[in-house]
Amino acid sequence: MQEAMINKAKQLLADGVVDRVIGWKRGEFAYDITPAVFTSAEELDESFVYDDFTAANVSKYLVKESRKDGKVLAFLKPCDTYSFNQLVKEHRVVRENVYIVGIPGGPKLDAEKIKAKGITGILSVKNENYTLKIETVYGEESMPFYEAVLDKCASCKSKKHVIYDELMGEEGDVLDSNRFDMVEKLENMTAQERYDFWREQLSKCIRCNACRNVCPACTCEKCVFDNPDSGIENKAPADSFEENMFHIIRAFHVAGRCTDCGECSRVCPQNIPLHLLNRKFIKDINAFYGEYQAGEDAVSRAPLNEYKQNDCEANIVHERGVE
Amino acid sequence: MLKISLDKLDKLFEAISATKTLYIPTDREDGAAEYRKYESGMKLSSALNTVRSAKDFFFPQTENLVDFKMDGKNIEVIDVREESEDFVIFGVRACDARSFTILDKVFLAEPVDSYYKNRRDHGTVVAMACTRPAETCFCGTFGIDAAAPEGDAACYSDGESLFIEAHNEKGQQFIDSIASLLKDGDTSKLEEVRAKTREILKKLPLAKLTTDNFGGDKLNEYFNSDKWGELSESCLGCGTCTFVCPTCQCYDIKDFNTGHGIKRFRCWDSCMYSDFTKMAHGNPRLTQLERFRQRFMHKLVYFPANNNGEFGCVGCGRCLAKCPISMNIVKVMKALEVK
Repeated sequence: MQEAMINKAKQLLADGVVDRVIGWKRGEFAYDITPAVFTSAEELDESFVYDDFTAANVSKYLVKESRKDGKVLAFLKPCDTYSFNQLVKEHRVVRENVYIVGIPGGPKLDAEKIKAKGITGILSVKNENYTLKIETVYGEESMPFYEAVLDKCASCKSKKHVIYDELMGEEGDVLDSNRFDMVEKLENMTAQERYDFWREQLSKCIRCNACRNVCPACTCEKCVFDNPDSGIENKAPADSFEENMFHIIRAFHVAGRCTDCGECSRVCPQNIPLHLLNRKFIKDINAFYGEYQAGEDAVSRAPLNEYKQNDCEANIVHERGVE
Repeated sequence: MLKISLDKLDKLFEAISATKTLYIPTDREDGAAEYRKYESGMKLSSALNTVRSAKDFFFPQTENLVDFKMDGKNIEVIDVREESEDFVIFGVRACDARSFTILDKVFLAEPVDSYYKNRRDHGTVVAMACTRPAETCFCGTFGIDAAAPEGDAACYSDGESLFIEAHNEKGQQFIDSIASLLKDGDTSKLEEVRAKTREILKKLPLAKLTTDNFGGDKLNEYFNSDKWGELSESCLGCGTCTFVCPTCQCYDIKDFNTGHGIKRFRCWDSCMYSDFTKMAHGNPRLTQLERFRQRFMHKLVYFPANNNGEFGCVGCGRCLAKCPISMNIVKVMKALEVK
C-alpha cells in the first residue's frame, strides 16, 4: 500500500492537482511515526511511510493546511474521514483546498502494548501472518498481532470512507462494533464504584493537554483553559475537582461533534481511557435523539443543535439516574 | 560490597519505611509504573522507568508558596510550607539521578529556591542500576553510565542479590540505618552483569548519538536554522514532553484571590504553551516554531552556555516514548546538526 500511495502522491504532484502531501514520516524506530507535509517526489521516497504504526489522524492538521495557498493531498483512513467531514460541517476546513484520497485503515498497532509484554530494545517489528516478529537488542521476540492492536482500532466503528475525492483499495462498511460495551459496564456500576473508577483514572492526569490538542473536535482558536482573561485558565490541576472537571467539560464541549476517532486515549501519556467519556455522550445522544454519528455527513443538523417538539425532556437524565 | 537477597526486598522496604517515608516505583493497574509511597506488600516495579520522572519529589507540579491576609492596611504574610519530613526515593534510574544535578544548578543557584532546597535536604536518593535499557535510552550521550548511577547511594542487582553502596554521607547514613539486613557479598557475578549491560548499551540504536556539535557556543549555528519549520510543523503544542521530562524546570506563579486573602501558587509551565512567558507587553514567542525551538535550544545551547557546558537532557527517553506525534530531541539533534 505504501508504494502505491507514494506513486499516487507523485502523480498528483506531477499533474499539478496538488502542490503538497500530508502523510506520515518514518522515525528512528519501527513505531515512532510523525505526521508530516511532503512537497517533492524525493521527500516522499526518502521518508513517507504507511504501515501498521501510522495511526495518527491527520484531519486536524487540515484546519491550518487548507487555509494555505494551493491544494494539499490528504490520505485519510476511514476514521479520519469522519473527523474531516465533521470539520467541513463546522466550516473549519476549506474543503476545496484538500484533495482526499481514501485509504484502507487499521487495525493499527500500539507500541506501548508491545512494550507492556516486557519486550524492549526494539529494533524492528514485522507482521508475518498476524504474528509480530520483533527484533530486539536482546534477541528475537514474537507476539500475536491482535494483542498489540490499538484500543481505538479494536473497537473500530467503520471501514467506510464518508468523504473523499478518490479511493485506493476496496471500500468497507460501517461495522457493528463493541464500542459501547465498557460504557455499559460503567453505567451498571453503582455511583460510588463509577466515581472510584474515574477518580483512579483522572488522578493520573498531568494536564499536558495532549488529548485536547490532538482532538479534531477541539479547534477553538483559544481554549478557555489557555486564556488568562477567561477566569478559568488552568495550567495544572491543583486538586481532584480540577482534575475531573477539565475532562468532563471537554467531553461536554465536544458532545455531538466527537466522531469517536479515539485519538485522545491513544496519545494520553498516562493511559487514561478518555474516549469512554465521549462514548457515554454518544450513547446517550443515540438513546435520547435517535442514532446519530458525528461526521457521517457534512450537512445534517446535529441533535444538540436542533430543537424538535418531540425532543426528550431534560428530566430524563434525572429519572435514569435514580438507583 | 554490602548486599541483601532479592527475595528479602520486602524486609528492606519495611526497615526503611519504619523510620522514613519511602517512595518506590510500582506497577499501576494499567501496567505503567509510578512512584508511590510504600505500604506493606507493595512490589518494586521491574519497569525501566516511571511515566512521571523523579523530579516531582523536589519540584512538584503544583505547590502553594505563600498566603497573604489583608486586614485594613496591614498585610499578613503567611508561610504555608509544612515541615518537610525525611524521605527516601528508592529505585531512581541513572538518568533521573543525574537530572537532580541539573535541577540543582537552577534551583540552588543564588537566589536559592528554598522550597526546592528544603526537599533536597530532606530527601535521600537511592539509585538503581539498569540491566535492560530500552531502544529509547541515550543517557550515554550525556556521559551517564546506566550501570553505575549517581545518587546518594546506588543499588545494583546481579539477579540474586541487591548490592548497595554509598556515594556520600547521606547515602552512608541510609546504609547504616539498614545495616542489620546487609552482609558483605561477592561481586564477581555482579561485575559480569554490569559488563553485559554495558555491552547492550553500546548496541542500542542511539548509542552513537553525541553532543559534539552542540553547546553554549552554537547559538548562531542553530537559532536561525531553516530546519525548525519542518521539525515543528506537526507539533501539537501540548506539554507532554515537558511534563514527563526529568530536567524541564520552567514554572509559572500566579496569585489567586480567595475572597479573604491571596494565595500565591506555583505550577509547572511548558514552553510549548501559547502563554508561556507572556508578559505585560505580550508574548515573545508568537508561533509554535518559536516555542518548539525554545525547548531544544534551551537544552542543547542555552543551558550549557550558562552551566559550564552541561546539557539540559539526561537521555531518559520519556519524550521519545510519549510524544503524541513522536517528535523529540533525538530527531531534532539529527536534523539540526551541523558538523
